[in-house]
Amino acid sequence: MGVRDVLDEGLGGLQHNFLTGRIEDLVNWSRSRSSWPASFGLACCAIEMMATGAAHYDLARFGMEVFRASPRQADIMIVAGRVSQKMAPVLRQVYDQMMEPKWVISMGVCASSGGMFNNYAIVQGVDQVVPVDVYAPGCPPTPETLIHAIETLHQLIEDGEILRRRKETGAGANVHIHEIPAGSVSTPVILGSR
Amino acid sequence: MNDDATLTEHAPAPAPMRYGCHVSDSRGQTVIHPTRDNYVATLKALVDDTFVLCTDLTAVDYSTYASRVGRPTERFEVVLNLISLERRERIRVRVAVPESDATLPSAFDLYPGTEAMEREVYDMFGIAFTGHPDLSRILMPEDWVGHPLRKDYAIGRIPVQFKGSPS
Amino acid sequence: MTDLITATPGATAEGNQEMRARSELTAREVMREVGAVLRMTEAQAAALATDNVDPTEVPEDQTMIINMGPQHPSTHGVLRLMLELQGERVLRCKPIIGYLHTGMEKTGEDLTFMQGGTNVTRMDYLSPLNNELVFSMAVEKLLGIDGDIPERAVWMRMLLSELNRMSSHLLFLATNGMDIGAVSMMIYGWREREEVLRFFQKVTGLRMNHNFIRPGGLAADLPAGWRDDVLDILDRLPDRLGEYDILMTEQPIWRERLQGVGVITAQEAVALGATGPILRSTGVAWDLRRDMPYLRYNDVEFDVIVGSYGDAFDRYAIRLNEIRESMKIVRQILDRMPSGDYRIQDKKVTPPPRARIDESMEALIHHFKIFTEGFKVPEGEVYVGIESPRGEIGCYIVSDGSPKPYRIHMRAPSFVNIQCLPHMMRDGLVADAVAVISSVDPVLGEVDR
Repeated sequence: MGVRDVLDEGLGGLQHNFLTGRIEDLVNWSRSRSSWPASFGLACCAIEMMATGAAHYDLARFGMEVFRASPRQADIMIVAGRVSQKMAPVLRQVYDQMMEPKWVISMGVCASSGGMFNNYAIVQGVDQVVPVDVYAPGCPPTPETLIHAIETLHQLIEDGEILRRRKETGAGANVHIHEIPAGSVSTPVILGSR
Repeated sequence: MNDDATLTEHAPAPAPMRYGCHVSDSRGQTVIHPTRDNYVATLKALVDDTFVLCTDLTAVDYSTYASRVGRPTERFEVVLNLISLERRERIRVRVAVPESDATLPSAFDLYPGTEAMEREVYDMFGIAFTGHPDLSRILMPEDWVGHPLRKDYAIGRIPVQFKGSPS
Repeated sequence: MTDLITATPGATAEGNQEMRARSELTAREVMREVGAVLRMTEAQAAALATDNVDPTEVPEDQTMIINMGPQHPSTHGVLRLMLELQGERVLRCKPIIGYLHTGMEKTGEDLTFMQGGTNVTRMDYLSPLNNELVFSMAVEKLLGIDGDIPERAVWMRMLLSELNRMSSHLLFLATNGMDIGAVSMMIYGWREREEVLRFFQKVTGLRMNHNFIRPGGLAADLPAGWRDDVLDILDRLPDRLGEYDILMTEQPIWRERLQGVGVITAQEAVALGATGPILRSTGVAWDLRRDMPYLRYNDVEFDVIVGSYGDAFDRYAIRLNEIRESMKIVRQILDRMPSGDYRIQDKKVTPPPRARIDESMEALIHHFKIFTEGFKVPEGEVYVGIESPRGEIGCYIVSDGSPKPYRIHMRAPSFVNIQCLPHMMRDGLVADAVAVISSVDPVLGEVDR
């Protein structure tokens, strides 16, 4: 239909086949829909992260099933697990290797605050090492909670909120979400902040 | 006659010995207590007696042990757990190590599997094992100061605003 | 604002823990890495070391030391390996661990015996119920109540332990498949694991790290309808395992990748303290459930799967068939689960039911004491070892009469099994390194504790 219109009426025949928008919106939309996580699975939360990527909870529908091994190719670093003193410099090195724009989800209570391990060996929150954008609580967070965190981040990216916050403070977005407890299948997963 | 009978009745039973060391029973488990000097000889005797699998080598710091019962003479104790596959038996070996000279001969030549376990004990307690091929820290970073599992090493807790927290 | 640690160049250097260049090593250290772990003379060990190349003779400028990890997609967690390569051939290998050290043994000294389960369950996070089980058994032995645990509690513990073995081995199949390249196995393995985790969630409330097996019994009874759920799992799995047999076991590519890779002899495995599927793959039929039975493994019938070549394929086949054996055991438990209490009725150890707290002052006081101060455990020391999916997991507790353990040490099977890696990788190809690590199936949470 469209092509015939062009042949008949010239460029005016294309009137139903344009989408207009701002470049920022398009860029943010594509960034949020196709953000690739860097694999930084450390402990038990890594198992739940793998479960979220598996068939039952399926991260592929959010564009995130490719866990890039190389941080250069990744957008989101999901710090899944407890960060020990020996691992903290490695974490920082991997974060530095990621290209802008990059975001960090701190998955689980050990990554968010040190969790139940308030001792000499664990860094009490990865925000001591890298700026965090979304904190997902739980020990380990259920896959629904992780998807909620990811979708919150995606909504922030799509709105452009997150880039604006970063420029002001230089730190992460510091969004805290609520945990979705295991077995509560009747509660629908809330996608995004709307 | 009567005096002899009472004498033999009240004479203490000889302390049980196995492999040349004192034996004790801990909740039904056999424990032998070599001294540091006959530690290697005892381990050799155990290896010859089919205790070929060393499942565990660890240490305990008894400096703040609250009870008087069962408290060893020295500050540290190195504990090994061995298994005899043939006889399906376990045995435990406990060696006292003094604080002033915290060393012990390494069990690596007899049980090569203790290589990582002895490194962990060195890292966590500071007990050096002579004859170990590569005694370096294994769990903490190389430049860490202190031995975390000693009782005089604080747990390193940071204060948190939580009603139920212990500190 | 938070202070950010800035990275310094070379911040990940671990000094003495790394592999040192050949020129810096003494002969003794080279022998250790090459394989002088057997009770042999140095000459015998040198003769044993590879037919093709004697590592002590390769000049140093022809070798290369590379670093694998700690952030790596295939090292099963934060394991760092330093490999010395000559071309594609691995001459030496040194694992460096500690990147997940959590100070759990120190934290354990600060938690009561009732809270200890939450701590130990996070060590081997793929089989958390086994960690809790060995800890609870050790505490019960110290308390002296290990003979008084009700029958139903014992059989429930066996049921959960075997289901956990199944879910752990399914995850092994998934990660092993993905590491070798059969990526669809990753998806299939997780599919089955979700069924088991759903059952755990119904029973314990959580998918992982349950803190359900506690000293004295369990935290709650099995919910109504549990039999149907377990039967559902047992009905689904056999066909799926048959699919995996077709997909992997009988497939020539799979066999080529795993047969003859990562070979370890029985003598080496015993000398290094390896237990579990690694020891069984070399032909030594050692399974604690059969040889030093605990719970009621004496009363159920199952086979111990033993390999003969000690290679990665044997370990894969052992774990696959152990899932079948666990299903056999679970079926027997289903038929024979007794009724009764799910925990011992000893007031000092077991908190009273919540309804009684409203009625009885004594119950309220007991509840309060157990959850705040904790119950006191008589002094002594004890070691209990059970068969976890990775080998013998043991718990050594020293108690001095207070409500908190004086010293708690977990004998982690993966910590000892990782010592086998250099011997398995020696003289192999670097492309097989990932297959070897995957066949050892380490869980870094229990390696580093």
